[in-house]
Amino acid sequence: MAMITNRRKHIVVAMTLIAPFVFIFALVFLYPTVQMIGLSFTNAPLIGSGEWVGLDNYRRLLSDNLFYTSLKNNGYFVLLTVVPTTVIALAIALAVNRLSGRMQALVLAIFFLPYILPVSVVTQIWAWMLDFQFGILQPLLEWMTGRPVAVFNHPGWVMPTVAAITIWWTNGFNILLFIAGLRNISSDLYEAAALDGASRRQLFMKITWPLLWPVTALVLTLQLILQLKLFDQVYLLSGGGPFNSSYVLLMMVYREAFQLNNGGYASAVALVLFVLIMVVSVLQFQLLRIGGRK
Amino acid sequence: MRVQRVTNPGWKAVTHAAKPRGTKIGTRNVENTMLLVITLTAAVIWIFPLYWAFVTSIRSEGHVVSEAAGLLPDMFSLAAYSDALFNSNLLTWYVNSIGTSVIITVLVLISGMMCAYALSQMRFAGRRVLYAVVLASFMIPSQALVVTQFVLMSDLGLVNTWAGIILPQLIVPVVIIVYKQFFDAVPKEMREAVLLDGGGEYTLLFKVYLPLNWGITSALAIITFIMAWNQFFWPFLVITSENMMTIPVGITQVRDTFGVNYARVMAVALLGAAPVAIAYLIFQKKVTEAVMISSGVKG
Repeated sequence: MAMITNRRKHIVVAMTLIAPFVFIFALVFLYPTVQMIGLSFTNAPLIGSGEWVGLDNYRRLLSDNLFYTSLKNNGYFVLLTVVPTTVIALAIALAVNRLSGRMQALVLAIFFLPYILPVSVVTQIWAWMLDFQFGILQPLLEWMTGRPVAVFNHPGWVMPTVAAITIWWTNGFNILLFIAGLRNISSDLYEAAALDGASRRQLFMKITWPLLWPVTALVLTLQLILQLKLFDQVYLLSGGGPFNSSYVLLMMVYREAFQLNNGGYASAVALVLFVLIMVVSVLQFQLLRIGGRK
Repeated sequence: MRVQRVTNPGWKAVTHAAKPRGTKIGTRNVENTMLLVITLTAAVIWIFPLYWAFVTSIRSEGHVVSEAAGLLPDMFSLAAYSDALFNSNLLTWYVNSIGTSVIITVLVLISGMMCAYALSQMRFAGRRVLYAVVLASFMIPSQALVVTQFVLMSDLGLVNTWAGIILPQLIVPVVIIVYKQFFDAVPKEMREAVLLDGGGEYTLLFKVYLPLNWGITSALAIITFIMAWNQFFWPFLVITSENMMTIPVGITQVRDTFGVNYARVMAVALLGAAPVAIAYLIFQKKVTEAVMISSGVKG
């Protein structure tokens, strides 16, 4: 009898402990997900109910040029950021890892600092640096192209510029992961190899790179997922323009829902983005698991 | 090795650079110095935007755009700062940002540690399912849920409120996962001893497991706070009235209002970033540790 009451008490306590998380999760994640699926089959405005329209929103999506433009821009941005940021982060991590003491702490702080800035601070600083008339970087652009460039009003320049700014902003996170990875590599390995007369290049190719691969894979996939969710920087820097050259999926969701008041259609776009990111995440998870098993 | 340390005091005697033999010493030293120079140059380039923002912010508006303005700080005026602080809603936005970020941090940590404790130390039906949900919620892109989250907040009457900003940010699965790892590592003997003394699960959690893990708690608190402070997209959607805005959303309004007053825009940006930047510089080690642990690279 006492066992049974104890058991019951144990379960009551457990339920109480998990209740806050479960409740909030159901309220702000689960319920909105179900709602989003439902809403995507209606012509509802943002606030208020609409009529069931079946697959109309999805048909419209498939014939919407802006959708393909957004998809293409999302892909372009991924290309511009994911691999470059990983390579840059690895190079910086290797360099920082060779420093020691206060010098290392200082240099690491410099590279990490941008990561903790709010996105709007980042965009305002860069908008000023790249200002068409007075930007400190315009002489550089002038030297490269022969004249000043209004980077955020130029279809060819806007995405690469946003990508470069994003790398500056978020790279610190990747650097930290690489440094953690480097610290996990036992120094005995290097000593043994150095005793055998291995060159620096060999040390990197035979020890550092293979042992760092799991971290590299992690950084690549985290970046891929992160960059697919691009919105803040393009919204603040170019608003998706010029001529939709920096328009991305999340911006389409935002515009359809909050500016054009198409709750139903926005939900359909959001669901596509949701599924896209989930698929990439699951692939990533599986990939890392297989990688980890090796 | 000793020699190298003396001639290159800035360099760690990293093992793979530390075993030069014979004539290689000379070349390696040259290489090391060159690498150091490149690293420091890169660091200077990396910090330049922040330096430039600062230099701009302490100039007068006229000087900022004049031909005479060079790369070095040549003026020290706090006009832009006082303007930013007293002629905008910056102070109100500070209150909103601090208030919401602190509440988010506290609630995320408490709900996270409670859930993690149950997952780690207690046996109940649905435990595995719950843990799977926690792991899966890692992958849920909350950005794709904003439309219906907004509808929900509107139904609950929480648009333009702190609660509206806070609620969707309370799900931070990584906090649960990290806490669970640390709770798993606490020796079972401690648990049994407390239970024998008649202590309950709450005593265990708040008097034993939590105090044992203050280190990770503070590390998680700092990054949760920084993340909450920096949140842009959701507060930007759920807040429309200027008095309720948080810092990252509010400072974009200053640009709209004042146009091209760059000294003031930079002053506002730096003031907006100051709290998290200072928190980072003070707790640098904790932040580094938290990032490494929560990404699973270091456990």
